[in-house]
Amino acid sequence: MQTMNVNVVTPDGRVYDGDVEMVSVRAQSGELGILPRHIPMVAPLAVGAVRLKEGNRIQLVSVSGGFLEVRQEQVTILAEAAELPSDIDVARARAAKERAERRLDAAKQDDVDFKRAQFAMKRALTRLEVASGSDS
Amino acid sequence: MASLREIKTRIGSTKKTRQITKAMQMVSAAKLNRAQTNAQSYEPYTQKIREVVASIASSESDSSHPMLESRPVKKTGYIVITSDRGLAGAYNAGLLRSLIETINERHQSEEEYTLFVLGRIGSEMLERRGFTIENKITGLADNPAFSDIKDITRDSVQMFENEDVDQLYLWYNHFISPLRQDVTEQKLLPLTDLAEENDSNQASYEFEPSEEVILEQLLPQYAESLIYGTLLDAKASEFGARMTAMSAATENANNMIDDLTLSYNRARQAAITQELSEIVGGASALE
Repeated sequence: MQTMNVNVVTPDGRVYDGDVEMVSVRAQSGELGILPRHIPMVAPLAVGAVRLKEGNRIQLVSVSGGFLEVRQEQVTILAEAAELPSDIDVARARAAKERAERRLDAAKQDDVDFKRAQFAMKRALTRLEVASGSDS
Repeated sequence: MASLREIKTRIGSTKKTRQITKAMQMVSAAKLNRAQTNAQSYEPYTQKIREVVASIASSESDSSHPMLESRPVKKTGYIVITSDRGLAGAYNAGLLRSLIETINERHQSEEEYTLFVLGRIGSEMLERRGFTIENKITGLADNPAFSDIKDITRDSVQMFENEDVDQLYLWYNHFISPLRQDVTEQKLLPLTDLAEENDSNQASYEFEPSEEVILEQLLPQYAESLIYGTLLDAKASEFGARMTAMSAATENANNMIDDLTLSYNRARQAAITQELSEIVGGASALE
């Protein structure tokens, strides 16, 4: 099976570096699956879980505010924040989710706060998903 | 000559000061180490994002973005990075002095510039001098995370996008070595120097969904990441400056203690000699 090198890089350092068989991400234009020898490409990512297939194992990484860059045999994900399941603070994510829920109830639909809360909600849900190991 | 007791108290207090400066020097050295590691771990991110931005910016297509083009300057934004605490030698003073000089030189009125300040020393000093500060962040951690300064990065980049400012400059102390930090002014926006940096082995990309959308997102992110990188640089400088200042202070304290000990011993000797000659004088008077 062919593999490609994948790097997940954030301003606070490199989060993941390894060889994988397939990368699947949620781009802003929809789901994307990348196999080795993909054409060079750049795409913005939505907040979500990135799935990296290493043999039989699937490594999940939660990513927010990021980009995907593909070159020959080399995939780079640049994100403002990214975590492996082991690095996720579940309690904090849960608290963030509850906070976001309260704000969503309180805020009006067209408010900036509403959008912000929605984003926070997405990030928290992604982290919880990744931490629990299930991928949706 | 000061009395024995007086000199002794001075020696004691100088020793205490030396203890503090020495401890601070060591702490700063450790923090400098951390700051340098941070800057290193940040390096791959900035390098990657720069590569992508440069390759998009230099690609043949005619897509353009306001951030890549210079426009007539009506208002200039300055992002000033200072420290929260003092005792760092000329770290803040030098930076603020040349900033104020530059502002006075370039601008006629307050309408022409706006300030974003990181660090308590800088914001207090500029406020005291009567400058209006658009946005400030104080109480930053020694190892700031990207999210800590999002407020200022978002704000300043957004102001450029909304054409509230037409230029953005970064003012900070660039780290050269623990002994040397240079006051640096760096132009952040517009990003005019990118297109020239054309690497021949750069891949030409496929854009999903389109080049414009990606520039729209990537450029602000890039500008923000540059500000963060600069902050890491400035933090390293801060600890370097503090370490140097504190080691100089410790050295000074050492010299002072030596001098004081010398005069203490002299005074002690003089007292003994005097006492002896008094005894001798008294004894000879009895004979």
